[in-house]
Amino acid sequence: MATSSERSPPPFPDSEDQDVLDAEEVGGRDSDEDDGEDLFMSASDPPLTEMDATLPPANEPTDVLMNLPTDIMDAPLIEPVSSPTESKPASEVVIEPSDDFVDLTNNITDSPDDSVAAEIAVADAAKDSTEISLDEPTEIPLDEPSDDFVDIIRSETQAPEEEVAIADVTVEAPTDKSEVTSGATDPPGDGETGENAEQAAKETSTAPVNDLFADMPASSTQKPPVIDKIVDPLVDLLGDSPPAADAKKLSQATVDLFEDEGSDLFAEPRQTKSTKQPQKSLFGEPDEDLFGEPLGATAKKTISKEQKDKSVMTKAAGVSSNIGGPLQDSNPAEPADIFTEEAITSVPSVKSTSTVNSKTNGVHSEEEADIFAEATVELSLDSPQDQRKKEAAAKPSVSAPSSSGAASLTKPQPAGLEELEEEEEEELEDKFEIFISVKDPEKIGDGMNAYMAYKVSTQTTLPMFRNKTFTVRRRFSDFLGLYEKLSEKHGPNGFIVPPPPEKSILGMTKVKVGKEDSSSADFVERRRGALERYLQRVVNHPSLIQDPDVREFLEREELPRAVSTQALSGAGFLKMINKATDAVSKMTIKMNESDVWFEEKLQEVEAADQHFRKLHALVESLVVHRKELSLNTASFAKSTAMLGSAEDNTALSRALSQLAEVEDKMEQLHQDQAANDTFSFAEVIADYIRLLGAVRGSFDHRMKAWQRWQDAQTVLQKKRETEAKLLWANKPDKLQLAKEEIAEWEAKVTQFERDFERVSATVRKEVVRFEKEKAKNFKRQIVKYLECLLQSQQQLIKYWEAFLPEAKAIA
Amino acid sequence: GSQHFSELFCILSSEERHQLRSVSVDLNHDASLLIDIPDALCERDKVKFTVHTKTTLSSFQKPEFSVPRQHEDFIWLHDTLVETEDYAGLIIPPAPPKPDFESPREKMHKLGEGEATMTKDEYTKMKQELEAEYLAVFKKTVQVHEVFLQRLSSHPILSKDRNFQIFLEYDQDLTVRRKNAKEMFGGFFKNMVKTADEVLISGIKEVDDFFEQEKTFLLDYYSKIKDSTAKAEKMTRAHKSMRKFFYITILNRIFFMLWLIFFLRHLEKLSDLFEKLRKVEGRVASDQELKLTELLRYYMRDIQAAKDLLYRRARALADYENSNKALDKARLKSKDIPQAEEHQQHCLQKFDKLSESGKKELTSFKGRRVVAFRKNLIEMAELEIKHAKVSSTIQPPAAKGWVCSV
Repeated sequence: MATSSERSPPPFPDSEDQDVLDAEEVGGRDSDEDDGEDLFMSASDPPLTEMDATLPPANEPTDVLMNLPTDIMDAPLIEPVSSPTESKPASEVVIEPSDDFVDLTNNITDSPDDSVAAEIAVADAAKDSTEISLDEPTEIPLDEPSDDFVDIIRSETQAPEEEVAIADVTVEAPTDKSEVTSGATDPPGDGETGENAEQAAKETSTAPVNDLFADMPASSTQKPPVIDKIVDPLVDLLGDSPPAADAKKLSQATVDLFEDEGSDLFAEPRQTKSTKQPQKSLFGEPDEDLFGEPLGATAKKTISKEQKDKSVMTKAAGVSSNIGGPLQDSNPAEPADIFTEEAITSVPSVKSTSTVNSKTNGVHSEEEADIFAEATVELSLDSPQDQRKKEAAAKPSVSAPSSSGAASLTKPQPAGLEELEEEEEEELEDKFEIFISVKDPEKIGDGMNAYMAYKVSTQTTLPMFRNKTFTVRRRFSDFLGLYEKLSEKHGPNGFIVPPPPEKSILGMTKVKVGKEDSSSADFVERRRGALERYLQRVVNHPSLIQDPDVREFLEREELPRAVSTQALSGAGFLKMINKATDAVSKMTIKMNESDVWFEEKLQEVEAADQHFRKLHALVESLVVHRKELSLNTASFAKSTAMLGSAEDNTALSRALSQLAEVEDKMEQLHQDQAANDTFSFAEVIADYIRLLGAVRGSFDHRMKAWQRWQDAQTVLQKKRETEAKLLWANKPDKLQLAKEEIAEWEAKVTQFERDFERVSATVRKEVVRFEKEKAKNFKRQIVKYLECLLQSQQQLIKYWEAFLPEAKAIA
Repeated sequence: GSQHFSELFCILSSEERHQLRSVSVDLNHDASLLIDIPDALCERDKVKFTVHTKTTLSSFQKPEFSVPRQHEDFIWLHDTLVETEDYAGLIIPPAPPKPDFESPREKMHKLGEGEATMTKDEYTKMKQELEAEYLAVFKKTVQVHEVFLQRLSSHPILSKDRNFQIFLEYDQDLTVRRKNAKEMFGGFFKNMVKTADEVLISGIKEVDDFFEQEKTFLLDYYSKIKDSTAKAEKMTRAHKSMRKFFYITILNRIFFMLWLIFFLRHLEKLSDLFEKLRKVEGRVASDQELKLTELLRYYMRDIQAAKDLLYRRARALADYENSNKALDKARLKSKDIPQAEEHQQHCLQKFDKLSESGKKELTSFKGRRVVAFRKNLIEMAELEIKHAKVSSTIQPPAAKGWVCSV
């Protein structure tokens, strides 16, 4: 703020930069230098930066890192004037880190471009990396070096995550695209992109480590000049940090970046590790530190599946197992699909990515090429299926085999659908070892006080339960009560608590009134199924199954009556969810998401919600059509029977009444098919519309945690200002108190930040799990649907084959 | 819209025609007069049929010849037959219904309008759909016209009709004749049939058990088959729209959405599967229409023709009774007795002749109906089985392939 006037933002360097790049295809070094200058200007307020010890400089790198991918993806159009301001915030961070976010992200995101995109992206990348290096030197000499350092690294651990995720997307996109369009309408340089991607993939499979490290030294050695330049003044000012050290720091940063790939996969960020051995990890034993695990996994997978899937596949397996490995402790579910969803949003990025990639083909820009190659490498790993798809459509593809469950899918060409189904079932069994069925809906009581009770049967091999099978009786409100308890307990921690079907006044009233029509039976059956799926989702959740309330619900004979479920009834429930989502969207604006992954996910969730609603309407209309056909068939059957009775030729009369029977059965088939549509799709889609509400809820809780952290930071900031004033006023007595307060709030900030990170990690994990489950669930539904279709075809054959002799008997 | 169908100015292959003839009630064992419609041309709302005749009969000038005929010519031929008093005791084969290309045309027009809003793929698919529909209507039209002529050629009396021979042989436009014919006949029987009603029939005491039974049967059967035809049409329509809606619109969209939502891979494999299933289903729907709906529709019209015969006979009976009364009156008055006797004799003769040929016609109609139903029901059942088998064999491998690849 105060710095803005002092700062002399150079309005041109950036644009010049681009021009130069454009016109002369200047090498990475040039651009780096330019950028360096550029950045230097922004960083030329080191005193300020220095003064502010509170600044979590971590934010800066985070931003930068985030921005880099954003750039790439959005095909940014650089506004020469605005982009320099980008460098401003670098120092502004000191006072208002959140504002900074805004500035940075805004600048970069609204700096799109068409033709220059590649160069810009590259330039930005270079810039970004130098920026990191700049920021670090400046903060190192700060008052609390150790703390800060931790901060840096911690935040960096976040940052690389972002980068990885996004890079994933970008890489995946081209492969995807090229596959979809088969290279027909690709943007210029797409062919190259494809090549690049493939190359990357190949590289990955063969020597990922080599590749990575080959370029790492390159980048670190390449950067020092820049750093020197920039740092020199700093050195003068601070007299503390020698350029060499800076170079090292830079490399540290780089290392962290890569190390995080490993660590970000872990549920909790490993802060200490990175602080302790950054240099070591970079130069000493990089393999072990960075890729030890993935490599190992890769090797293993390669051995186990060599014949089946080669290069890319193997690598994919390696990565996914790498991801899955650490998670397995806490979460048996394997996050193979982590990045699959991301790919969806990435489609628009294809163009820019490809240009970047093609650009990287140039000899001069090897450094950048490397940067992107790395990204490509990591990312292509995460999209094994896409790669596969592209590489060999004919190959019996294998799903990312990171969990034992997925293994069943990898078996090539099982004998039949049923077998597959069985295997899947086995997979489920292996995983969850618990099955819930909700049966025998029963109306209890009379009139408007009536309610529905269900038999909840559990079958399990889990040791936490006393018996292997047990059945309890629960009424609908008990299900809602369970949800309330669970969402109260686990919601704030970022867990996605599966929601039960909402109360339906209309449906229940019909049941209560005792109308025995088909719609009321349909309602009861739909709800029974929804409750069953709801409970199964709850017990499938590795954390929720541990909850005593869940166990009590399943096991205890008599459950205390749930009182507060009224709030959940019908519209109220929906309103609740909607409120939560409103809050989320409002907060999103305020928060200006520090983590692109979450931002994108939220957008995806919203888009998915829209899709689901449309899909639901479509399926419902399909059901309507089927019912119409069924109705018409029924009336034709009746009419045919009448015609048969009017026919005076006995054999023909008989054949006609047989035909009427066949048509009657066909009507039943159509009805079954309508039910199949309903239960295979419509109901499950309705579930997911509800579940998406819960997903949004978990995002909401994350926002809340963030807000708390930010509030604490604001307080801390104020306390520090007070301290400074006291220091100025020379009041040592009060100063002590202020110092204590600062310490207290620092602890709080740290705590809240940790909380936020914990919630973020949980949400991330949960979303990954949710998506995986979702894909699996729908796959199962489709298989089921197809089976149903097949069955009805076979029934049809049976009916007509039975009719044929009747027709032949007509004489 | 018609330019869309340029490629459909079609010549039906012999195989197709063979398939189409399945509905026809081909009792033509007589090879002396063979008629078919090898091709037809659709121009705007007019369809020009090429009527091809092969004959050994000496009443024709050449053994083989073809003439162009329009739908209106067929109607003219039918009307002249109905109005020929000598044929009052025959079931005149029902006239072919007017070709209706309006609905596919309209759809084609709409498709043209919607072209901008559709993807190329969607448009192509829709166009193919509509073309297929158009082609089906076209084939059906040709078929019913052909059946009409074949019914005539296979009839021992009607095949020798002068107007029928003119229709087959006269290589000029029949329009002039059509006009003359109208003036000449003035629609004697036609008018009679139109004024005839249930009262006329029920008001007269039936003298013959056979006709009494036939009357009851045909009246009942007609109402039933009319209902069945309507229901079958509705069902076929629902089937068709279902198939179109379900497989094209809904399923594709559903799968597209699923793709969007889950990024479920290889859904295109399923899409292929459903495309295949859709084609099979399409064949089921059109076979159902051809074998069942068309059959019912044809016999509904045929029964109407049989009913017309009964009306004419009832009318002749009424004439005879009136002549009896007139004779009684004449005898009472002792005036003009010979004329009355002559008239009474004439009416009786006419009625007897009509009854006799009517009895033959109705009996043969019964046999024809049973044979046709048998043939069609067997074919329909076989086709249903065939299609269901095809679907159930293409489905598992495709589904398996998909499941494995996901």
